[in-house]
Amino acid sequence: MSTNASTATATRKLTIARAMAEATAQEMRADPRVFVMGEDVGPLGGVFGNTRGLFDEFGPDRVRDTPISETAFIGAAVGAASDGMRPIVELMFVDFFGVCMDAIYNLMAKNTYFSGGKVKVPMVLMTSTGGGYSDAGQHSQCLYGTFAHLPGMKVVVPSNAFDAKGLMTAAIRDDNPVVFMYHKALQGMGWLGTEKGATVPVPEESYSVEIGRAAVVREGHDVTLVSLGVGVHHCLRAAKALEEEGFSAEVVDLRSLVPLDRDTVRASVARTGRLIVVDEDYHSYGVSGEIIASVAEHAGCRLKAAPKRVAYPDIPIPFAPTMEQWALPNADKVVAAFHQMMRES
Amino acid sequence: MQPTADQRRWMYRHMVLSRYLEERIEALYMEGKTPVFNMAKGPIPGEMHLSNGQEPCAVGVCAHLSADDIVTATHRPHHIAVAKGVDLDAMVAEIFGKATGLAGGRGGHMHLFDAAVNFSCSGIIGEGLGPAVGAALSRKLQGKSGVAVAFMGEGAANQGAFHEALNLAAVWQLPVVFVIEDNAWGISVAKQASTAVPRNDLRAAAYGIPGHHVADNDVEGVFAAAGEAIARAREGQGPSLIEIETARLAGHFMGDGEDYRPKGEKEGLQARDPIPRYRQALLDAGVLDEAGNAALVAEAHARVEAAIRFAQQSEFLPPEAALEQVFAGESS
Ligand SMILES: Cc1ncc(C[n+]2csc(CCOP(=O)(O)OP(=O)(O)O)c2C)c(N)n1
Ligand SMILES: [Mg+2]
Repeated sequence: MSTNASTATATRKLTIARAMAEATAQEMRADPRVFVMGEDVGPLGGVFGNTRGLFDEFGPDRVRDTPISETAFIGAAVGAASDGMRPIVELMFVDFFGVCMDAIYNLMAKNTYFSGGKVKVPMVLMTSTGGGYSDAGQHSQCLYGTFAHLPGMKVVVPSNAFDAKGLMTAAIRDDNPVVFMYHKALQGMGWLGTEKGATVPVPEESYSVEIGRAAVVREGHDVTLVSLGVGVHHCLRAAKALEEEGFSAEVVDLRSLVPLDRDTVRASVARTGRLIVVDEDYHSYGVSGEIIASVAEHAGCRLKAAPKRVAYPDIPIPFAPTMEQWALPNADKVVAAFHQMMRES
Repeated sequence: MQPTADQRRWMYRHMVLSRYLEERIEALYMEGKTPVFNMAKGPIPGEMHLSNGQEPCAVGVCAHLSADDIVTATHRPHHIAVAKGVDLDAMVAEIFGKATGLAGGRGGHMHLFDAAVNFSCSGIIGEGLGPAVGAALSRKLQGKSGVAVAFMGEGAANQGAFHEALNLAAVWQLPVVFVIEDNAWGISVAKQASTAVPRNDLRAAAYGIPGHHVADNDVEGVFAAAGEAIARAREGQGPSLIEIETARLAGHFMGDGEDYRPKGEKEGLQARDPIPRYRQALLDAGVLDEAGNAALVAEAHARVEAAIRFAQQSEFLPPEAALEQVFAGESS
């Protein structure tokens, strides 16, 4: 079925957490090779709710609570995937990748290449990202750029429940490893406070959203705002504010970082002539720089103003809400970046 | 190894101090979070892991330590920080995110650093073991005295870091003690569902080091085991491992529904609360009388209230201070 949110006719709204669980359940019903492993994914249903209901339906063989042993169980997922299973594993917070990155970027991401394409690693690594609720510097990072930088694994970052379900289905069916990064502020867990725009109508039937295809979620002609995950919602709010000032902003939701849909970004910037990238990940060496470079290096690039980025400063994430909120990207900063761009050009 | 009367009162006092601190933090944490529980709200936002019930682990070990000795703790650090003598005002201010906090509010409750008493903690499971080994190595290389103690939950014994650190400490015969607070749960996952052996002290055999087990959250059992292990480390005979059967009287973090607990478990644990038990033991032994207890409790409460007032009356750093102290030598 359709892969575009705007054509969805469903009226039932789901949170991203529910949408992820629904896609997983549907794939588990259809394919006995699919199973889930991770910390607290069983009876608890995941700290962030994305495996809720799976344990009751599929039982402890296919929905496995693990010890706190990420090196072992993510490595195990690579082994199981190479042996014909389709594991979904959860790294509870992306910040914890430090204890198990070898299994991720040296095995999961490279075994297909090392085997001359003979060994497939069809697994999904789900992991939560993002801050804004004072969980400090080891529980609030995004690290999109870190993962997207390393070749051999696909990376998706949904901004809403429709895309989350479709991307999850696509990720499970993909014959390659897919890192599924979900932002905690979009998850629909009451205790985290949730961006309302992430909870959208989701069809009950199974469908996939193509990995590697960005979406223009709002059309405009004065500036292109490019973002991912929670940043898309900052951009939509900024676009509304700019509209009241008489400017029209186009918003591109990247949805996938690997593969990266550079064509959609370039086509949008070709229309607007202005580019602002919004990213909750660290400013330097990340998604924002990659997007700007992808536009700038293109032969057809014609910009009316120097591009800008609204990203997280290059600092560990502070605990104190005063400092953290000051450092985070938000809609006001996007609007301010646009104003400055107009002053400069 | 038997504690002296002074040591017994010291341990009891620090258990009371720690518990009252947790009770006050619990109440303050809930401010702004009702009727809708949103972790981002209130004077103490973010995750909050309380240590209620685990005080015996902290005091039984720290009774043998001085400020010079090194402790690394976990995401559930308050009881250990209190027993290690972390500056209470600065610690509570850090938990509130204030300028007067240990890190000016940059770290929060999972990242408490007090260099004056060689205390630190962090939020990733198994993370404190390597640094404890390294601190012990540093003392050895510098010819300085001091032992390092790494605290961890029983869940951490399944991390690679646990096995690597124990082996390293053993092969280099370093003055380190590894202390496992076994509260039977890692969030919602029970120890027996995640751990191949019934007791983690058995794993000491894999590294040729002594393993101790303390049953029933017993304060003086911890004191005895830690005393032996720490004395051994001080004498240059290398590391030890201790597992303490303790109790998590609260949820994993605040806001935890705790539906995974078997019915009645919590009530059972509460009935065995180590603080009233130890108080009774000290009263029975004549080490403490009712008047002495009342005075001790009142003093502990007053100390905690003073720290909370200090934190509440402190200012936040200006937001731009977030940019400072990423590298050493930057002012604030
Ligand atoms: C490497 C890593 N994996 C997962 C987590 C998430 N997490 C935080 S606390 C916790 C449970 C820890 O259990 P235990 O070590 O027994 O300590 P307790 O919480 O019981 O004190 C988990 C899984 C983490 N912080 N770090
Ligand atoms: Mg535990």
